[in-house]
Amino acid sequence: MSDLLYSSVEEDLRAAVRAVLTDHCPPSAVLARCETPAPYDPRLWRTLARELGAAGLQIPEEHGGAGAGLRETAVVLEELGRAAAPTPYLGSAVLATTVLLGCGAADLLAPLAAGEQSAALAVPLTADPWADFPAGVRADAAGTLSGTVTSVPDLAGAATVLVPALGQDGPALYAVESTAAGLARTPRTSLDLTRPLADLTLHGAPARRLAGPDTAPGILRRALLTGAGLLASEQLGVAEWCLATTVDHLKQRHQFGRPVGSFQAVKHRLADLWLDIAGARAAARNAADALASGDDGPETVLAVAVAQAYCGDTAVRAAEECVQLHGGIGMTWEHPAHLYLKRAKADQLALGTPGRHRAALAGLADLPAPA
Amino acid sequence: MSAAVEVRERVRELLAAHDPATTDRLDFLRARFDAGLAWVHFPEGLGGLGAPRSLQAAVDAELAAAGAPDNNPRANGIGLGMAAPTILRYGTPEQQARFLRPLWTGEETWCQLFSEPGAGSDLAALGTRAVPDGDTWTVDGQKVWTSGAHTARWAILIARTDPGLPKHRGITYFICDMTDPGVEVRPLRQITGEAEFNEVFLSGVRIPDAHRLGEVGEGWRVAQTTLNNERVAIGGQRTPREGGMIGIVAATWRDRPELRTHDLHQRLLRGWLQAEVVRLTGERLRQQLALGQPGPEGAAMKLAFARLAQELSGLEVELLAEDGLGYGDWTMVRPDQVDFLGRDAGYRYLRAKGNSIEGGTSEILRNIIAERVLGLPAEPRTDKDVPWKDLAR
Repeated sequence: MSDLLYSSVEEDLRAAVRAVLTDHCPPSAVLARCETPAPYDPRLWRTLARELGAAGLQIPEEHGGAGAGLRETAVVLEELGRAAAPTPYLGSAVLATTVLLGCGAADLLAPLAAGEQSAALAVPLTADPWADFPAGVRADAAGTLSGTVTSVPDLAGAATVLVPALGQDGPALYAVESTAAGLARTPRTSLDLTRPLADLTLHGAPARRLAGPDTAPGILRRALLTGAGLLASEQLGVAEWCLATTVDHLKQRHQFGRPVGSFQAVKHRLADLWLDIAGARAAARNAADALASGDDGPETVLAVAVAQAYCGDTAVRAAEECVQLHGGIGMTWEHPAHLYLKRAKADQLALGTPGRHRAALAGLADLPAPA
Repeated sequence: MSAAVEVRERVRELLAAHDPATTDRLDFLRARFDAGLAWVHFPEGLGGLGAPRSLQAAVDAELAAAGAPDNNPRANGIGLGMAAPTILRYGTPEQQARFLRPLWTGEETWCQLFSEPGAGSDLAALGTRAVPDGDTWTVDGQKVWTSGAHTARWAILIARTDPGLPKHRGITYFICDMTDPGVEVRPLRQITGEAEFNEVFLSGVRIPDAHRLGEVGEGWRVAQTTLNNERVAIGGQRTPREGGMIGIVAATWRDRPELRTHDLHQRLLRGWLQAEVVRLTGERLRQQLALGQPGPEGAAMKLAFARLAQELSGLEVELLAEDGLGYGDWTMVRPDQVDFLGRDAGYRYLRAKGNSIEGGTSEILRNIIAERVLGLPAEPRTDKDVPWKDLAR
């Protein structure tokens, strides 16, 4: 059975990450930054990635990383979710890093581990682990790439772009320098202000092949599975912030001569939400522990599908309750609740919707659909 | 000698002196109690050795492996789980010596006379009166939802001894003799057709003052010990995936493809997901308890279980289509215990309705989570400082 708790090392890591976020990333700072051309705070990323080594947690020590693992990575994501922090952690430290680990591309891992650069995986944020290998980009005989990928997360600041593409002999994974000729990035206006998306266009861009048809589909699937499983921890953090902030507000806010939080109609909604979040915590920890084991067998896949099917909806519900139970202030731009609502709703679509993961459960748990 | 070693030594001595193969069941159980191996965390002389509670599981396993009889704990859940810890904490030495041994061996079973028709969630509003008369008390009133009252020898009882005080302060805790001629037990038939519980009518029941547990007027505080032990007894067991009701629904789905519809499929997947997450939440709680960090999830597991059981049992009836219109048996019977999984879908659907009412309604549990876990303020209380006799009823 999985270890569903947090070790003391994990709690220490959480405290360190939280301290950085409290200093560098209060909601007011996130709000102030989110409409500027640079929604990601480079100083925050430097502190997290370089000083704390958070970006290299799952990278082995021989490649300059911390040699920790995905349980620890999940704890960082919880804290980033709790702060709705604008960082490329999911795209770079989770998705791209998992691909590079799968490809054994040590030279590309080193700058990520050191926190000097970030990388992006060129898939739409909605890509899920059960989809076919993407066919939007093709490699020609000379090994240059052409095609488009839309809604790519964490693309804007990435130094390296990892591109799944159909090569002459089938699916393959390539690395493209972001400065390469023929590569263009077009920012989108995204629902989630704290996780910008961009479209990637490639016109004969020079690329380095990292993996061929034998391994590329498995490596990509492992990365998407890891992303989906660990995103549950981010969603847990989002939900926890929403509940805690709402409870604090309802203890202070008085109407009808008493704290709003003393009305049963309100308390019962929060108790139900707390219970859902307790479930989300167990499911997210279970997925992180399963992924950390390195085993990609059915138990791990099932743990990921359960966590993502559950936590995606729980975070949205928590954020929606947060807006509703704050009343009028919850509808303002000034109050940060909307940042969490937007993050939660975008996360619900990210790396497979809850419905997509439930559909996967039909196969994984032998509950077949009607003929 | 460490406690573990001493306990193991005692087990060996007990088995050597009383071979389970040749010893009468009751004689063996009495000998086990006298050896301090009934509940090792109880004091010496009262069935225990003052040893850590965690050693009990090893004792039970070792004795079971040697073919020793057990005390059939399921038949005396109220006695073992609620009456015994209360008697241990508040009983006089005479009461402890009189009651604990036959309670543990199962020679005397117990029931609980707490809830009343007018005092459910608001248990402290109870109206059963106990009036002193020399060194005995005379008790009149009505209790309800009493499991095992028709077989119990004794009852733990709370009754109002001072109606002039606010409701929590005028209550006293007693041990009631269920063979008293003033005790009348009637089966309480429930929506499933059967009667797991009873109504108990108390008319001029005589209770000696020697059977009072705790001080006069301290009954509410004594009852907290009883009720806290009820909560400890719930939860804590590891459940396999698809353990419980979801396993039955999933098996029907697999075995009978002709019943499948797209709507039911979506709901089944949601139900399966919910069941798996509740299982993981329970497992996480178990891991916390094992490390001695009881989390607040405990209070919530019952809430989660009730919601899940009601959703799944409703789904199962629908899934069965025409078979869902039938019902196994409406005959009024008196089951020893609830057999959720052994009966049909209609029974499960109806019995699950009780899961959000019994042992604390889901509404009360939500209040507990909101106030004790989230720290939200309580609703204003209008009845706290009012004498019980002046409360609206």
